[in-house]
Amino acid sequence: MPKKNYYFDYAATTPIDPRVIKAMFPYFSDKFGNPSSIHSVGTESLVVLKKCRKILAEALGAADENEVIFTSSATESNNLVLKGIALANKKKGNEIIISPIEHACVFKSAEWLEGQGFKIKFAKVDKYGLVDIEDLEQKINSKTILVSIIHANNEIGTIQDLEKIGKLCRKKGVYFHTDAAQSFGKVAIDVNKMKIDLLTVSSHKMYGPKGVACLYIKKGVKIEPILHGGGQEFDLRSSTINVAGIVGFAKAVEICVKEMKKESAKTIKFRNYIINFVKKNIKGAHLNGHPQKRLPNNINFSFEGIEGESLLMELDRRGIAISTSSACSSAKLEPSRILLAIGLDPFLTQSAIRISLGRMTNKKEINYLLKVLPESIRKLRKMSPFFK
Amino acid sequence: MEYSEKVLGHFKRPSNYGRMKNPDAVGKVGNIVCGDVMWLYIKVGKSASGRKKGEDFIKDIKFETFGCVAAIASSSVITDLAKGKTLREALKISKEDVLKSLKGLPPIKVHCSLLSVDALFDAIYNYLKANKKLIPQNLEKNHSRTQKEKDLIKEKYKKWVKLEETIYKKGKI
Ligand code: FES
Repeated sequence: MPKKNYYFDYAATTPIDPRVIKAMFPYFSDKFGNPSSIHSVGTESLVVLKKCRKILAEALGAADENEVIFTSSATESNNLVLKGIALANKKKGNEIIISPIEHACVFKSAEWLEGQGFKIKFAKVDKYGLVDIEDLEQKINSKTILVSIIHANNEIGTIQDLEKIGKLCRKKGVYFHTDAAQSFGKVAIDVNKMKIDLLTVSSHKMYGPKGVACLYIKKGVKIEPILHGGGQEFDLRSSTINVAGIVGFAKAVEICVKEMKKESAKTIKFRNYIINFVKKNIKGAHLNGHPQKRLPNNINFSFEGIEGESLLMELDRRGIAISTSSACSSAKLEPSRILLAIGLDPFLTQSAIRISLGRMTNKKEINYLLKVLPESIRKLRKMSPFFK
Repeated sequence: MEYSEKVLGHFKRPSNYGRMKNPDAVGKVGNIVCGDVMWLYIKVGKSASGRKKGEDFIKDIKFETFGCVAAIASSSVITDLAKGKTLREALKISKEDVLKSLKGLPPIKVHCSLLSVDALFDAIYNYLKANKKLIPQNLEKNHSRTQKEKDLIKEKYKKWVKLEETIYKKGKI
């Protein structure tokens, strides 16, 4: 196996930016205080925590820094949104609308709520994964308490028009949540302009540490905590504060905000180069997701006649890391729920791979990928009964 | 997914893959849950000498698999195991034999080894049937099980199976 690893799986997770590690370092030992303690060691941490909250709030366009709470993961944030909103708004109604292409943590939380007597409706999506706004409008009624739509899908990268959905929800008086784990730091987000009530951001998708994320909760939104205890994070998320993680997260956000324009432009150029190369040089390749409205770093192709896992392992053998659909579902046998939801031919759902680019991706790596990819496909097609 | 060195070795350099021209029989099976498909081609000859003189044996064998790493490795192993064996001996090959040759498979992938055995048995079944030879009872049973699943897969991949069949008939390959 080649020693060098060509990493094309930034949508699964990113390495921590060295600048982030540097910022975090003092908070493991020198500045280890618990922000909930009254003494000066604790207060020092509290000051930093406030500063980080402010960085997040500003990056999101939030009016007040106290609209941001820190959690341990996007999964936790999304669980809190679905369960917390459901429990706090039972009096108003019991209907929740999500898209069929949500991340598993939203999907499974909704499924669980269904078991508890809530009603889950699915917004219609087209073949690119774009939510049908008219259909959504029709599905919202007086019993609807929450609409949760993923900003950019983790597998196919399709970006929704949040502003339109936000406006609609505001007009109808229902809470609107978006999971921006994949998009934040890559595409501009403004919770005010987009009329978002709740928004999830994850640190480890944007060169920050794992184990930390945040949830934006607009002032006045009625939500119940799911973790009870010491009352941290405005009584919405009890747990000792992960100061070092939050410091790293905030630093990562600062870098992303500052460098987003330049970085996205570079990534989009690389992305389009790869897509065009594949379309031109590999027969039987189908791009999944929207051709334009997609994440700067997301590429998802189905290659006729080849199973995704085999292609993944053939590339891995040659030092290239990609993924089939999403990293979380790769231990399952069934094809991707997302690809089925956009109505892809079942044969092609078996054959999808995701290539995701990132801050460290360079031309040399791309050239290697584009040399190995066609060779690997050719090899596997020779073994396949389909595509000759 | 943790695959053994053995599995990865077979995946890297599989034995006996590709389409066979003029096979005596083909076994086609699939698994509806994972959607993987395996085709196995055999050429049958008669033993010229020795104890098994006159018995049918697998002279040549090739596979074509649309599937995961474990499916491809199992296909490779089953061709190695079956090649040169008489049909009677080949019918004694079990999924445990395949698993042993592969030094095991992850639990979720054990069914891939069964698929390769099914493909082999299906090919032998089709050979016996086409040549109007006696079909052992458990082979008959195996066949009706795999046939059902194959029909489901064929339905799922209709467009592609049809495409393949037309190309095949035109003799393009
Ligand atoms: S996953 Fe089904 S044959 Fe491998």
